[in-house]
Amino acid sequence: MKALLRLIRPGDWLVLLAALLACAALLPYAFSGGVPEKALVKRDGRVVAELALTESRRIEVAGPLGVTVVEVQPGRARVAADPGPRQYCVRQGWLTHANAVAICAPNHVSLALVGRNKGYDSLSY
Amino acid sequence: MTPSAIELAARADDYRVARYAAAAIALSLVEAAIPSPLPGVKPGLANIVILVVLARYGWRDALWVSLLRVVAGSLMLGHFLAPGFFLSLTGALASLAVLGLAARLPARWFGPVGLSVAAAFAHIGGQLALARAWLVPHDGLIYLVPLFAVAALVFGLANGLAAARLLADRDAAAL
Repeated sequence: MKALLRLIRPGDWLVLLAALLACAALLPYAFSGGVPEKALVKRDGRVVAELALTESRRIEVAGPLGVTVVEVQPGRARVAADPGPRQYCVRQGWLTHANAVAICAPNHVSLALVGRNKGYDSLSY
Repeated sequence: MTPSAIELAARADDYRVARYAAAAIALSLVEAAIPSPLPGVKPGLANIVILVVLARYGWRDALWVSLLRVVAGSLMLGHFLAPGFFLSLTGALASLAVLGLAARLPARWFGPVGLSVAAAFAHIGGQLALARAWLVPHDGLIYLVPLFAVAALVFGLANGLAAARLLADRDAAAL
């Protein structure tokens, strides 16, 4: 270890410090990705509501089975109630990341959070 | 029919460049076998050779070894002229540009470790710029920048230490 440290000259420490600072300065970008900006509520693929994630609101969307209730709070959204038999979209709970989706298929309603940029489902190289 | 013969006179420094380039290519091939969680996050072991060549024989030789490494390495890995080739070329050129400037700094203060870290950052900088401009024209790329920066710091430091160790070792002078 000591032998290794001797290989680093004074200016090298400066370069390392600068590199470390650059990494620290860039770090916030790694976590800024999933910030959602609004919630999109669709019925049969058509947008029925676009809700900004800045204030609390509840909206009701009528589907073939009944009424699906979507609840929005600052920074998050969820399906609060749905007449579907299996309740998958309700049990997903709060959606907090951009591109998260809750689909209530039986009632033809979906809730999606969208951010500044559209995300990809997958990328292959 | 007289066989035509093209005589290419290779000088001693041509052999030297070829020898170092071979070492760099071998390291590139070894590295390609190491699985990586994210494409592009690689140790860049060949840069150890570039740093050693730069310190011993100067920037021109380092440029030759590096470009030979990029072209021949990509031929061997089968991605010559594929996107990965251009990323690798851009990274190599960017880091060579920085090395050319950094090598003028006083050697008493700045050794292989500092050069290596600076070159590693230039490498990812060049690659990300090309990727953003051409391959993934999307701002989503910025989420990967911190990851690449940390990788550049870690691998730049490791490669720099390896190069400094080789340069300090008299026995390795015969490489």
